[in-house]
Amino acid sequence: MRRLALIAVPYIWLLALFLVPFLIVLKISLSDIAMAIPPYTPTLDLTEGWEGLKDFFSNLDFDNYIFLTTDDLYWKAYLSSFKIAVIATFLTLLVGYPIAYGMAAAPDHWRPTLMMLVILPFWTSFLIRVYSWIGILSNEGYLNQLLLSLGIISSPLTILNTNVAVYIGIVYTYLPFMILPIYAALERMDGSLLEAAEDLGCSRITAFWLVTFPLSKNGIIAGCFLVFIPTIGEFVIPSLLGGSRTLMIGKVLWEEFFNNRDWPVASAVAVILLLLLIIPIILFQRNEQKQREAEG
Amino acid sequence: MRRVTWFNATSLTLGFAFLYLPMVILIIYSFNESKLVTVWAGFSTKWYGELLSNQSFLDAAWVTVKVAVMSSSIATVLGTMAALVLVRSGRFSGRTLFSGMIYAPLVMPEVITGLSLLLLFIGLNIDRGVMTIVLAHTTFSMCFVSVVVSSRLVSFDRSLEEAALDLGCSQMQAFFLVTLPIIAPAVISGWLLAFTLSLDDLVIASFTAGPSSTTLPIKIWSSIRLGLSPEINALSTLMIAVVTVGVITASLISKRGSLKRQADERAAET
Repeated sequence: MRRLALIAVPYIWLLALFLVPFLIVLKISLSDIAMAIPPYTPTLDLTEGWEGLKDFFSNLDFDNYIFLTTDDLYWKAYLSSFKIAVIATFLTLLVGYPIAYGMAAAPDHWRPTLMMLVILPFWTSFLIRVYSWIGILSNEGYLNQLLLSLGIISSPLTILNTNVAVYIGIVYTYLPFMILPIYAALERMDGSLLEAAEDLGCSRITAFWLVTFPLSKNGIIAGCFLVFIPTIGEFVIPSLLGGSRTLMIGKVLWEEFFNNRDWPVASAVAVILLLLLIIPIILFQRNEQKQREAEG
Repeated sequence: MRRVTWFNATSLTLGFAFLYLPMVILIIYSFNESKLVTVWAGFSTKWYGELLSNQSFLDAAWVTVKVAVMSSSIATVLGTMAALVLVRSGRFSGRTLFSGMIYAPLVMPEVITGLSLLLLFIGLNIDRGVMTIVLAHTTFSMCFVSVVVSSRLVSFDRSLEEAALDLGCSQMQAFFLVTLPIIAPAVISGWLLAFTLSLDDLVIASFTAGPSSTTLPIKIWSSIRLGLSPEINALSTLMIAVVTVGVITASLISKRGSLKRQADERAAET
């Protein structure tokens, strides 16, 4: 009895507030836009019994999905989100790996402090961390002021409202997610392996590529997924730092819903986004599982 | 691999400079006299005054704290229950769906979570306000809580609970007197995580908030969409200060706790 209650309470909560809402999105994505409240049709009318139900299902169609394939905007937005996420993930890896490596090589008594310094930004507001870059990157911003006063450039660089600013924003905000799994992998590594490689005639750099890098592979994969998956649907960073030409699907969905008020199309955009995300999510789960099994 | 080389030292210095410089600049310029945020015109605390006398910011902060306290507390209870189910309930029909619903929100894009909950609330004709944000935040943060708590429960020694049952505790008593105190650090960090996630959330709150329930991130968002604002710099500084003090205090407490535990263990061995 008690066991049943323990299972039922969180179960019903998640069914009602996670699964059912998602089924509603799925249903509305098959509906048509209408000038009504709510702004779509058909709506299910249970008072009409069986006829109402039949009517309801016969009015659902895939028009919105067909629309998504005919209008350039959407597939370009999916493609460009994917491209931005891939490049940003790679850049985060380039920046994050040396930091994780440095942390793993640091003396033992520094490590807790270094760990805390990596985690601290995660507890600070995401919005504020993105906002802090507006002042740095704008045309009159601190970076341009510095470069102009040093005489490196003669006219201000335009960085804010371009994709470059979006990359900087993503690398900055998601860096801890890359550093932590790589650090965890490097920290477990046995230092005598490197000594053995060097005794056998490897240079330090070859020893890194032949020993350290492969041993940190699982950390790298985990870190890349942790950055890539949330970046695809990112809304705040492209809206604040990106320009009018920055296309990302999270932003498109938001505008479709709030500005165009086209709920059926916004729902269809959401369903496709989720379908696209399922592949990397499954790959990520599999990598995690493999790692757990390897650890016994 | 303990090697402090110039390469490691440089990458750590540059890396942490990259992580912290933007926030340091933000803090310094929050004390700027000028309304133009990027032009330094002398030291002043006037933007803090402006911020604290701006009723709409204070209202938004109050709504945010209310939402965060309620949602993280409910999420902690639900998330701990879910963790107990995941770790201990063994097989039951619908278990796959259950664990799927626990893990899916962790990777679900916020725009989709927000959209789907909004459509649910509209479908049920529920007026949007503080309660709907609480429901939304509870739903995704309970999943984070359950992940944190279940990773602690996996390594929990159940013989302690069995001992309590043998000594005449009821199941409930055994849970509250034995299990809960032992897993308390994980439950507390789950609560803190849920609390921070709720404080921080813009996207889901934007979908589920009503006109009278503007949270701080929504308020910040609408001010920074129009560009830089000295008041937001002051607000950011206050928020960073609160977080820094909180994190340092928490880590000192946990450090003291682990030192005490080590001392106890040594005492037990001798």
